[in-house]
Amino acid sequence: MATETTTNIQATGWEYSAAPERFPISIEETNKLFIDGKFISPKSRKWFATTNPATDEKLADIATAGAADVNAAVASAKKALPKWSKLAGSERAKYLYRIARRIQERAREFAVLETLDGGKPIKESRDVDIPLVAQHFFYCAGWADKLEYAFPGRNVQPIGVCAQIIPWNFPLMMAAWKLAPALACGNTCVLKPAETTSLTALRLAEVLQEVELPEGVVNIVTGAGDTGKYLAEHKAINKLAFTGSTHVGKMLMRNSAGTGKRLTLELGGKSANIIFADAAIDQAVEGIVSGIYFNQGHVCCAGSRLFVEEPILEEVIQKLTHRMKSLRVGDPMDKNTDVGAINSRSQLQTIEQYIKTGVAEGGQLHEANNQQLPSKGNWCNPCFFTDIQPSHTIAREEIFGPVLSVMTFRTPEEAISRANNTPYGLAAGVWTDKGSKVFEVAKRLEAGIIWCNSYNRFDAASPFGGFKESGFGREGGMQGLKPYVKLV
Amino acid sequence: MRQQVDTVMVEQRAASFTRRSIKTESKTQGLRLALSMIDLTTLEGKDSDEKVRSLCRKAITPWEGEITPPLPSVAAVCVYPSLVAIAKRALDGSGVNVASVATGFPSGQFPLSVRLDDVTKAVEAGADEIDMVINRGAFLSGYYDEVAEEIKQVRIACGDAHLKIILETGELETLENVRAASDLAIEAAASAGPIADGEVFIKTSTGKISPAATMPVTLVMLDAIQSYFDKTGVRIGMKPAGGIRTAKQSLHYLVMVKETLGNDWLTPTLFRFGASTLTNDVLRQLVRQHTGRYTANFDFSEA
Repeated sequence: MATETTTNIQATGWEYSAAPERFPISIEETNKLFIDGKFISPKSRKWFATTNPATDEKLADIATAGAADVNAAVASAKKALPKWSKLAGSERAKYLYRIARRIQERAREFAVLETLDGGKPIKESRDVDIPLVAQHFFYCAGWADKLEYAFPGRNVQPIGVCAQIIPWNFPLMMAAWKLAPALACGNTCVLKPAETTSLTALRLAEVLQEVELPEGVVNIVTGAGDTGKYLAEHKAINKLAFTGSTHVGKMLMRNSAGTGKRLTLELGGKSANIIFADAAIDQAVEGIVSGIYFNQGHVCCAGSRLFVEEPILEEVIQKLTHRMKSLRVGDPMDKNTDVGAINSRSQLQTIEQYIKTGVAEGGQLHEANNQQLPSKGNWCNPCFFTDIQPSHTIAREEIFGPVLSVMTFRTPEEAISRANNTPYGLAAGVWTDKGSKVFEVAKRLEAGIIWCNSYNRFDAASPFGGFKESGFGREGGMQGLKPYVKLV
Repeated sequence: MRQQVDTVMVEQRAASFTRRSIKTESKTQGLRLALSMIDLTTLEGKDSDEKVRSLCRKAITPWEGEITPPLPSVAAVCVYPSLVAIAKRALDGSGVNVASVATGFPSGQFPLSVRLDDVTKAVEAGADEIDMVINRGAFLSGYYDEVAEEIKQVRIACGDAHLKIILETGELETLENVRAASDLAIEAAASAGPIADGEVFIKTSTGKISPAATMPVTLVMLDAIQSYFDKTGVRIGMKPAGGIRTAKQSLHYLVMVKETLGNDWLTPTLFRFGASTLTNDVLRQLVRQHTGRYTANFDFSEA
């Protein structure tokens, strides 16, 4: 690249003014548990604070559900089950449609709340998260009275009471992915949101009240790991669905062994993004960026391992460096922000530790985006590492942050074996202009989701899930109904 | 080798520029910038001397009202070769350039000697900038050397006049063709001699074919300009033309330029809008930024 150029061009520059989202939102000081259709104070008498990760300011107190609270929630779900499961599918669909429409009507409110509580840019919660939440309810509503067609020749019955534990990276979207298919199939639910991001799930409870969903069909218990443990180990639940870390997923699997509970796990990933030399490189760079910097890299299917065919390595790095300069990092409530705040202090420490390890092990750190980060809150400049080999720690372990490892390959065979050389198997990206290569490579990649010449594109009609240590079971699509039905 | 282009991600990125929120001071600045980048255009069979004089007056003083700081003039007036002399007289001393379409605009389906003569006549009549059309028929038939040679000869015929190369992307149809034609046009222009920054532009359309300028097409052309800059350090200009009618659209384009080529390209020397109706919408929004009220359409003079 020509760095030293002389020019008589007189460009004055043009910067974007602040564009804060100003939707007025009210948040209750104390947010209670949602059990049996009502907001109730926790029997545990304990509360915890939820903060805005972009400012460190406290937003509200959230109830901690103790064992007795979880008991009450499960009992409520069990009580509601007979009536709800016998309701005609077309009637259940009506509730789901109402939920979807109400979410659309309150979309801005949900987006703002999601951003305040979780740190993701308002642009993403507004344009990605909340629209997908509504779409998921719409999609599953459509299936509610057609389950026999999803499983031809089988008698389809609900499983029963479902315990659903969800993560903090896409709080409301994960709630929708769990609740919508479960309800469509006639189950009742107890949902536990992540402790750092409970607010939108509790606001969803308001929507459930508005649409007059029968009491007890959905219960929401908030709290940290202990609450999750009470729920997961509760004897009266018939099914456990978990999205989160592989570590916790393994624990849940061990503990549920022999209990007869159905289990689905959507766990971590270290997904490979493979760029062949014959790819459309400008667009591939776009895919690298949306693969790893979308949602601050807090994405289980993030394309955190980049494999570039050797001849184009230099070109890709140069274009990636240039592209990252236009990434806007900062206030998540600014409508022009591309990368927001890291969700929690502890996650930030984890990411920073990995960056240190990467440097210590000899990796070359590139922080192409040289922006001043806010002084308060949890912030991490998007970055990538070169001089990384597949054996480096940061190339093997899930970081869950805006940190990319750039590696190379020489032949398709090597690309495939390097991509598969991981305990995970959630997603992958393949970039080539050659159709036959797309199919050949995609067929041999061990990943649940494979994007070809694109990345991180989601749709309610498309199944999502992994294999190996990325979990099992699918969410979304017709396949997403299966974990919530008994076929007899 | 032809540079591959993939539509899905081009469209995704192009759409992302339209999601930027340009408000308050940045909106005012952006609109002023957009105004200064307009090639005010009339390219009709019924064009007359009087119409061109009217257009020139509008180009020099886009709005008769008072605003501080004073509004810039537009960048150029773009007319047919036969009207260049009229425009030149009307714009004398104003700093507004005369641009002339040439080379058998809009089809380019004329013998090369006629097309080159078209250029020479326009330059002799005083055109500062020549907007040529490429030979799309030859391009689509794969006669790339022929297309390149013609561009080279046109650039030579331009002399000191700046050259804008119209690809007519609506006829090229695919984004890969757009990219290939962009690369070819830039290389061909360079083969005629060194290029100073902004001396050569690539331009989307004649405005006679639909679709004319679109965001994805422009993005692909900007990528070609970036690649050439990375290779040579030379800044090629960009001119989307046709279909950009609203102030909001013009801001989307400026966002795209800023976030791809960067702030360096945000100058009329390197970026232009080919448009006829855009001016008054930009003015209307600018006055609204200034006074807080929208003004009626009839408060702005027609050109």
